[in-house]
Amino acid sequence: MEAGVATRAEAPRAGLRLPGVGAGLGRGAVVLYLSLIVLLPLAALTSQAFEDGLSTFWQQVTSPQAVRSLELTFVCSLIVVAINAVFGTIIAWVLVRDDFRGKSAVNAVIDLPFALPTIVASLTLLTLYGNDSPVGIHLAFTRAAVVVALLFVTLPFVVRAVQPLLIEMDREMEEAAASLGAGGLTVFRRIVFPNLLPGIAAGVALAFARALGEFGSVLLFAGGLPQTLVASVFIRQQIESGNETGAAAVSVVLLAASLVMLAAISLIQRWSTRHAH
Amino acid sequence: MAISVEGACKRFGDFQALREVSIEVPDGSLTALLGPSGSGKSTLLRAIAGLETLDSGRVMIRGDDVSTQPAQKREVGFVFQHYAAFKHMTVFGNVAFGLKIRKWDKADVERRVHELLDLVQLDGLAERYPSQLSGGQRQRMALARALAVQPKVLLLDEPFGALDAKVRKDLRAWLRNLHDEMHVTTIFVTHDQEEAMDVAEQLVVMNDGRVEQSGSAADLYDHPANEFVMSFVGEVNRLGEHFVRPHDMTVSLDRDAGEEEAMVRRIVALGFEVRVELVLGDGTEVWAQLTRSELQRLELQEGQIVYLKPGQTKSFNGDVPSSDGRGASTPLGSQDGGDAEVSAAV
Amino acid sequence: MRTERRWGLRALGLGYLLALLLAPVAMIFYKTFEHGLAPPLEAITSPDGLHALKLTLLMVAISVPLNTVFGVGCALLLVRHRARGSALIDAVINLPFAISPVVIGLSLYLLYGTHGWFGPTLAEAGIKVLFSVPGMVLASIFVSLPFVVRETVPVLQEIGTEQEQAASTLGANAWQTFWRVTLPAIRWGVAYGVVLTTARVLGEFGAVTIVSGSISGQTQTLPLFVEKQFQNFNAPGAYGASVVLALLALTTLLAMNVLKRKEDA
Repeated sequence: MEAGVATRAEAPRAGLRLPGVGAGLGRGAVVLYLSLIVLLPLAALTSQAFEDGLSTFWQQVTSPQAVRSLELTFVCSLIVVAINAVFGTIIAWVLVRDDFRGKSAVNAVIDLPFALPTIVASLTLLTLYGNDSPVGIHLAFTRAAVVVALLFVTLPFVVRAVQPLLIEMDREMEEAAASLGAGGLTVFRRIVFPNLLPGIAAGVALAFARALGEFGSVLLFAGGLPQTLVASVFIRQQIESGNETGAAAVSVVLLAASLVMLAAISLIQRWSTRHAH
Repeated sequence: MAISVEGACKRFGDFQALREVSIEVPDGSLTALLGPSGSGKSTLLRAIAGLETLDSGRVMIRGDDVSTQPAQKREVGFVFQHYAAFKHMTVFGNVAFGLKIRKWDKADVERRVHELLDLVQLDGLAERYPSQLSGGQRQRMALARALAVQPKVLLLDEPFGALDAKVRKDLRAWLRNLHDEMHVTTIFVTHDQEEAMDVAEQLVVMNDGRVEQSGSAADLYDHPANEFVMSFVGEVNRLGEHFVRPHDMTVSLDRDAGEEEAMVRRIVALGFEVRVELVLGDGTEVWAQLTRSELQRLELQEGQIVYLKPGQTKSFNGDVPSSDGRGASTPLGSQDGGDAEVSAAV
Repeated sequence: MRTERRWGLRALGLGYLLALLLAPVAMIFYKTFEHGLAPPLEAITSPDGLHALKLTLLMVAISVPLNTVFGVGCALLLVRHRARGSALIDAVINLPFAISPVVIGLSLYLLYGTHGWFGPTLAEAGIKVLFSVPGMVLASIFVSLPFVVRETVPVLQEIGTEQEQAASTLGANAWQTFWRVTLPAIRWGVAYGVVLTTARVLGEFGAVTIVSGSISGQTQTLPLFVEKQFQNFNAPGAYGASVVLALLALTTLLAMNVLKRKEDA
């Protein structure tokens, strides 16, 4: 999955042009749909968060539980994207540069976390690495469980962001470096890695945004204990106990983080196209 | 007049593509819009087709003002440089497209499509997909597709630009024959003057958004209106204020026969003709075109001093092409290429 | 690359995938049928189970077509009629990717709740949004909004406008051009987007759980059913429903792969 919708700004020549009225209507319909589905709910959320004033907002966001859950979420997300940046690149490398029987099946399987419902992911991880684990690994209801669940759902991002770059990359660059005496690791460090960096960065940004807000996969595996409470579970708990303002406040923090991530992705894309030939 | 354009102006952002261009194209003729990149020839063609809207000016097709009509209604056939084939349809589907839009019944569509595929020599390939055809075949399919609906005019935008040299030459001849058979008013755009002179009855030379001159190939070659036309249509040497065609340069060893002293720099034999590169006393580089027999007769060698006598020269009174900003609206079909000094666009 | 290094990387990469993805999913299948076919089958064919399945499919049946029409139309707008507001539309479309499902659920909950902006008015008109199908549909649409647009945009850009211009000169109007030329040319991109949308709606949990209240037999989709069964210590129920969802996921994966290849062709 590539990062972002980002269409290049093209001067529209004659093409499928809806008559002027049509395009205007179309744009209106799109704006209406987006407003109804996305913008209005988010506006209502923001409104609720600040309903009782800025001080209440701040109070809610800085309550010990809220802070702990946000901290846990951010820290785990950072750890997770770091791990998946490494493994994601390795897997992309293996899928592009290596060849073995069943490779296309493996390639297909990468998208499993996108296709599998998060709650099912939670259950599967619990089954294998929970209290009744057949392999003797008991991670359930620990912070490690949060990390593993997030690893599961964010795995495809870096892989899919790096793969196309690897495929496109000019092998001759590496060959030139080798002919100049560079060993394998050096070639990777100085030639390959810099070219993959935009993909890794984009994948990491997407993965981070996803990890921050992840709910279903963490829920059953890590549970909602105080020490394994991620922000999304915390928010749900607040809703269930009737503290809508508190839930909204923390949600706004997550929302802000998401927006920052989206902006980062957009910048990364612009940076990477500047170097593309 | 099949087509006439009056005072067309078009700009894209900061770039003025057409500056008050007017041309007239007679019914049944085969006309070339010739010029370098950026001259506005494609823009003009697309404006005639309705694929671009003009900022000002009119387009008339068969006497009707179509300036405000969209491409869909103008009944023009358009052939693109890169074919614009409908990749997901077969050859048959492509050619039948316009007919299906017009709700022809199935039997008539079949008949007409096969008629056209016959004409463009693609019969037997009807069930293939464009990706399975060669470039030349794709372009012929595109032509068949455009002709299927019996357009009033046929417009081709650098139709052979994407093809190999050999295929290009073949298709040129083929287009000319097609035109002889079908007599559809045809306009094509090219930057290749040889192609234009080979195929078209009338040429319209454009530069920087203006029409420099229009006329037959012979007109433009023998009576160019300005330096631009002279150097774009045919080769030219510049001797101070005068312009000479390389084949109009007489080379002799006799001091009295020549006007200008020059040294032979290099002799290149290009098949039948020989290109002799020379340097004048003041350092100007010119070249003369000789036949092999002439070369042998003179026994020229590199480093030799010879004497040049220009035959027919032209001068344009210091005219820079398009000095005044008004395009020459020389009607096509008239022999009025005229003498250089007279027909300059002032 | 040296053989040891290649094997090393291969082992590392594949081992990671095995431990993280494959083994857990395999476990589910094992655990479900550990005691035979009967227990999970019974659970999934219980009234609540069947209802959950039907409700999930209903979500797909409503959300996917809506987002597909929106997606294609929006892509056309963004690529063929790019204007100054387009970058903003771009950004809004990407939002569902970055926002937590719980946050999405909450925002809908607040908008349509008893103290919300729309809640009271709609309640008076007799329209129940929360704890009812409409709310769940809205949540499903929100979370799966971007897919068709994102997959259609690059394909639209790639095919360029020349075929459409050609159709225009041959007499086709805008609708005919779209239907006969543009849509067939982009169909695999759209199809891929549709599959992604479907998968997302099928699996949606966080947003729907908040908006629906997860009322058994009424507003419980299959993923919600899984959670409920788990909470009630009904392992066969949870596993059975999970297997159904996993099978749907694998079918989706298959479709994704087939379509991805067609798209690249």
